[in-house]
Amino acid sequence: MSELAIQTTELTKKFGDFTAVDRITFDVHKGEIFGFLGANGAGKTTAMKMLTGLLLPSSGRAAVSGKDVFTQAEEIKKRIGYMSQKFSLYDDLTVEENIQFYGGIYGLPDEKLQKEKNEVITSSGLEKVRNKLVRGLPLGWKQKLAFSISILHNPDIVFLDEPTGGVDPVTRRQFWEKIYEAANQGITVFVTTHYMDEAEYCDRVSIMVDGKIEALDSPEGLKESFSADKIEEVFIQLARSGKRGDA
Amino acid sequence: MSSFKGFVEKEFKQIYRDKRTLVVLFGMPIIMLVLFGFAIRNEVTSVEIGILDLSKDDVTRQMIQKLKSSESFEVTAYLENHDDVEGLFRKGSVKEVVVFEPNFQKKLERNAEADIQILTDATDPNLAKLVQLYTSSIIRDYVLDINDNAGNRQAGLVVQTRMMYNPELRSVNLFVPGLIAVILMLVSALMTSISITKEKEMGNMEILLVSPLKPYHIIIGKVLPYLVLSVVNVIAILLLAHFIFKVPFQGSYLLFFAESILFILTALSLGVFISASANNQQTAMMISLAGLLLPTVLLSGFIFPISSMPVPLQYISTLIPARWFLVIVRSIMLKGSDFMLIWKESLILLLMTLVLIGLSMKKFKVRLQ
Amino acid sequence: MKQVITISNINKGFGAVQALDKVSFNVGKGELFGIIGPDGAGKTTLFRILNTLLIADSGEASVLGMDPVNDYRDIRPQLGYMPGKFSLYQDLTVEENMNFFASVFGTTLKQNYELVKPIYSQLEPFKDRLAGALSGGMKQKLALSCALIHKPKLLLLDEPTTGVDAVSRKEFWGMLKRLKELGISIVVSTPYMDEADLCDRVALIQEGKILQVDTPAGIVEAFSKPLLGIKADNTYQLLGALKDYAKSDSVHPFGEYVHYTEKGSAPNLIALKTYLFDRGLKNVQIKKVKANIEDSFMELMKKKEEATDE
Repeated sequence: MSELAIQTTELTKKFGDFTAVDRITFDVHKGEIFGFLGANGAGKTTAMKMLTGLLLPSSGRAAVSGKDVFTQAEEIKKRIGYMSQKFSLYDDLTVEENIQFYGGIYGLPDEKLQKEKNEVITSSGLEKVRNKLVRGLPLGWKQKLAFSISILHNPDIVFLDEPTGGVDPVTRRQFWEKIYEAANQGITVFVTTHYMDEAEYCDRVSIMVDGKIEALDSPEGLKESFSADKIEEVFIQLARSGKRGDA
Repeated sequence: MSSFKGFVEKEFKQIYRDKRTLVVLFGMPIIMLVLFGFAIRNEVTSVEIGILDLSKDDVTRQMIQKLKSSESFEVTAYLENHDDVEGLFRKGSVKEVVVFEPNFQKKLERNAEADIQILTDATDPNLAKLVQLYTSSIIRDYVLDINDNAGNRQAGLVVQTRMMYNPELRSVNLFVPGLIAVILMLVSALMTSISITKEKEMGNMEILLVSPLKPYHIIIGKVLPYLVLSVVNVIAILLLAHFIFKVPFQGSYLLFFAESILFILTALSLGVFISASANNQQTAMMISLAGLLLPTVLLSGFIFPISSMPVPLQYISTLIPARWFLVIVRSIMLKGSDFMLIWKESLILLLMTLVLIGLSMKKFKVRLQ
Repeated sequence: MKQVITISNINKGFGAVQALDKVSFNVGKGELFGIIGPDGAGKTTLFRILNTLLIADSGEASVLGMDPVNDYRDIRPQLGYMPGKFSLYQDLTVEENMNFFASVFGTTLKQNYELVKPIYSQLEPFKDRLAGALSGGMKQKLALSCALIHKPKLLLLDEPTTGVDAVSRKEFWGMLKRLKELGISIVVSTPYMDEADLCDRVALIQEGKILQVDTPAGIVEAFSKPLLGIKADNTYQLLGALKDYAKSDSVHPFGEYVHYTEKGSAPNLIALKTYLFDRGLKNVQIKKVKANIEDSFMELMKKKEEATDE
C-alpha cells in the first residue's frame, strides 16, 4: 500500500465525563479523497480539530503527514491546508489581497506567490473581479477561491469542513472537479459534507456515530455491505442507531 | 395584553440569566463611585508646606495655627529668611511657602491691610493652584472671623469669597450627580440598544414582528426591565454616597426620583433610537459608547466645566441630555432647589425624550427596512 | 378559497441587486410547496414578501386571499413563520421558549397541545434544557413547534434543514408530511435539491428568477436529452476526457457516475466508448440513467445563461 497521510490509533477526546471522540482508528492514504461523515454532534469537528493540531487528544495516537499530533502540532500546521464554510476569506479584502495575505502567512517567496496568484485567479475564473472586495462575490465563487487558497502552499493534506453548503449544483460540481484535480496532484483530501451524493465522490468514506467510526469503506463497498442503493441509506441506517443526536 | 405580559416576563428572565452582565451592571456603579470617591479626588490633604514668619506676632501665630489644624496642610518647615525658600523648593520637600511680612499685626490693625505672600511650586500646576486656593480660603476665613469679633466695620473692604453649598470643596459631592448620569446612560441606552439589536441578529425579531405584538409592545417590553434596573442603580448610588462618602442631600427625594425617571426615559428612548438604526449588537455598542458615553463624561460638565469649553463645544453640550440632568441633580442634592428652579432643564429633557420617541417610532416599523 | 398564495411578476431590488425578478407562482390549499435554490437565489426575500415584512417593488400578491401590503394585520396571525437564521432564545429552556411563543400569539401550550404533540412530545424529556444546548436537529423541531403553536393556516419555513444532518432532515420532512395531512398549507425553501422530491410541487429559483414551477416528476420528465451515467477507474481523467470530447454537451460528476449528455439527439455509445478507451481509461461502464432534479436544475441554469448571453 502507498504511504499514509493520516494514521490514528484509538484516538480519543474527552470533555469531562463526555467522550466526544471514542477510540477511533483509521488510515488515510496519500492522494486519497477521504469522506468523513457523521450526524450533527457525532464528533466530526472534534476529530478534525485533533488532526489539524488545534486540540490535544486525551489518549490514543495519531500522525498527520508523518508528524505526531501530541508533540509536533506546529509541524503539522505547516503541512496542511484548511477550509470551512464558516471561516474562509476576509470579506473586506480584495481577491488579490486575500491570496497575498494567505501566501504571506505560509511564507511563500514573493516571486512564486505572484505566479501562484495569477494561476489561482485564472483557474477560478476570477480575472474580472481580482480587485473587487470578496464581500460582493457569489458564495460559490468565494468557496472556490477559498479552496484554491487553502492549497496555495502545496500542503500534503487539505481539510475541508462542509465546503459546499448552500452552493448551487453547477458550482458545487466545479468545486469537486477542483478537489479531483488537487488529489490528482498528490494532495490528500479530507472532507466533511451534509450532501450525501458528495460522499460518493470520495475514494473512501467513514461514518461516525456517537463518537465512534461505525463504517469505513469505499462507497461501493458500503452500499454492498448495507445492501443499499445510495450512501444516504447507509448513513441513515447507521445514524438512526445513534443516541447522541437526540440529546 | 397577555402576550405583552409574556414578553416582559421573558425579558426579565433573560436579564436575570445573564449573570455576567448583571454583575457588570451592578458592580460598575459601585466600582466607579469608589474610584471617583477615593482615588480621583481633586481636594488636597496633608500637603507639606513651609512658613516664613517675619513678624512673629499673635495674628500670624494664630493664622499658622489655623493652617496647621487644617487637614489639607502639614507645616513641615519654619524658615528664617527669603534665601532659604528656593533651596527648600529644589529639594522638593514642600509644595508651598507662606510668607508673612514684618509687622503684620500692626499693619493690619492700623491700615486694615497686610501682605501675605504665597509661593507655590508650580511644577504640578493643578496642585499648585489648589494649594493656593485652599490657603487663601483659610486665611480669608480667619480674617472674616477676627473682623466679626472686633466688630470692625472698617475691614469691610475684604473680599468675601466663600465656597457655598460645598464649603469643603469636596469633589465627591460633584462626582456623584455626574456618576448617576453616566450610569443611567450606560444601563438604559447601551443595554436597551444591545438587547433590541440582539433580537434582530438572532432572527427572532422577524417572528416578533409577524406576531400579534405591536411594535410599541416590543419597545416597551424591552425598555421596562431596564427602567427598573436603572432605578435600583440610582438608589444604590445614593445609599453608597450617603453612607460611605457622606454626600449631603438637601432637596426633595420625590423630586429627585421623578427627575431621575425623566432622564432614564430620555436615555431609554436614545437606546431605542440607536437600535432602530443599527442592525447588530456590535454597531449598537459602538454607537452607544462613542456617541453617548464619551460625550456624557466629557461634555456634560461632569468633569470639565462647560463655561471653560470653547464655544462650539458649548453649543454641542446643549444637545447632551446629561448636561441638563447634571444641573438638575446638583441643584436638588446640593442646593435643595425645588421644581420652580429647575423646570427649564426638566422641560428640555422632556422635549428631547418626546422627539427621540417620535423618531424611533418612525424608524421602528411594522416591516423590515 | 383554493389558492393560499398567488403571486405574479413580483420584483424586488436592493440597490443595484435585483433580488427577485418577475417571480410568479401559486400555492394551493393544503399543498406542500418547495422553493428550491442555492444561497443568494432570493428565497429569503421571497419569504419576507409573503409574510408581509417586505413590500415588493412591483407585481401582485395575495396571501390567504388578502393583500400583504394593506391587510398585513389580518394575514400575520394566520401565518406560522420560521426565519432562516432563526435560533430561538438560547438562554431560555425548551419549555420557556414554547410558552413564550404561545403567549406572544395569545394562546397557551395547553390549548394547542394536540397539534404540536407529535413533534413536541419528542422534546418533552428535555424541556428544562436551555435551547442553546440542543443539537441541530432538536432545535429545528423546537422551532417548528414554536411556529405551529397558534394553529396557523399557512406555514412559511425558510431553509429549515440547512446544516442539519441527513437523519434529522428526513425526520423533519416526515413531520411536514403529517402537518400537511392535517390540512395546513406549507411553503418551504431548501438548498438541498434532493428534498424537492418530498414536495407536492416545487419552484426552482436561481439569481432571483424562477427557472420552473412543476411537480418534481414533471420537472424531471421535462429533461430534454438522453442522459448517460459513465464510470471509470479514474474519475478525474474521465471528466477531462469527456470534456475534451467533440460531441459532449454537459459533463457533471454525480456520485460514483458522471452524468453526460451529447450534442444532437441520440448519443453514439460505441464511438464514445472507443474514444474513452483511446484516452487510456480503464473499466469504463456506460448506462442510461434517469435525470433527477439536480440534472434538471443544471440544465435550466444553462438555458437561462444562454438566454441572457444572447
